[in-house]
Amino acid sequence: MTREELPNLAESKLTALVVDDNFVNQSIHQKLLARLGIQNDVVCNGKEAVDAHCSGRNYDLILMDMDMPIMNGIQATKRLREMGIESKIAGVTTRANEGEKKEFMEAGLNDFQEKPLTISKLLSILHKLDFYVQT
Amino acid sequence: MDLVQMQKSLQDYTKSLFLEGILDSQFLQLQQLQDESNPDFVSQVVTLFFQDSDRILNDLSLSLGQQVVDFKKVDPHVHQLKGSSSSIGAQRVKNACVVFRNFCEQQNVEACHRCLQQVKQEYYLVKNRLETLFKLEQQIVASGGMIPAVELGF
Repeated sequence: MTREELPNLAESKLTALVVDDNFVNQSIHQKLLARLGIQNDVVCNGKEAVDAHCSGRNYDLILMDMDMPIMNGIQATKRLREMGIESKIAGVTTRANEGEKKEFMEAGLNDFQEKPLTISKLLSILHKLDFYVQT
Repeated sequence: MDLVQMQKSLQDYTKSLFLEGILDSQFLQLQQLQDESNPDFVSQVVTLFFQDSDRILNDLSLSLGQQVVDFKKVDPHVHQLKGSSSSIGAQRVKNACVVFRNFCEQQNVEACHRCLQQVKQEYYLVKNRLETLFKLEQQIVASGGMIPAVELGF
């Protein structure tokens, strides 16, 4: 997909939270979201994601890494669901064996993508979660 | 060297990194994200990768150098490095990390030492090649030219 063909979702005013402890991934995921016109914030672990929601912030989409210090993605997803957070949560991780994926999905994810994240994978997440209609 | 020759050299050099398996298509993804609003995005992300990797390799050397190796400390470091190398398209570093993790699971100290050396070798190779690539790009920009898009044709 060329740059010119990428959808611009700025008008939909979508917001997203990147939850990842790796600075390289944070940078790339934020850029991917920005390229599609999605406003986004970033935190470094599950606890910071939970704290952000406790302080009143809310997002349409959360990109949740699995392996993080202090609170991992599975724990954070469970906690957010317990808090009644209904945001769409997409797990994004390099761990791809079926058992690990199942555990992560059962924590409360709406979708799952294997890293590294690409524009196509992000569009797939957005399409599956009804944020974007492919034409 | 004139501008056209420099641009051709850059294209050939970049192609060689893919043909040698040093970079994979994820690097192209990064290049596609670069735009006028952030013209240095790729070099910024790669610089983050270098900083992160230097720290991780140092931590790995320390962890594996202990009398009793704590694999609960070693494995997360390798996992991190595998993740970030995969994210920037440093394919051979990523593959070396995959092998490394397998030996971590087996708690094979000797093999892990060998893996660390292999990862370091691949890392320094990709670091060297990417630094050269960015220098070539800078020369082109300094001469008033544009960075040509890479057409891999395979």
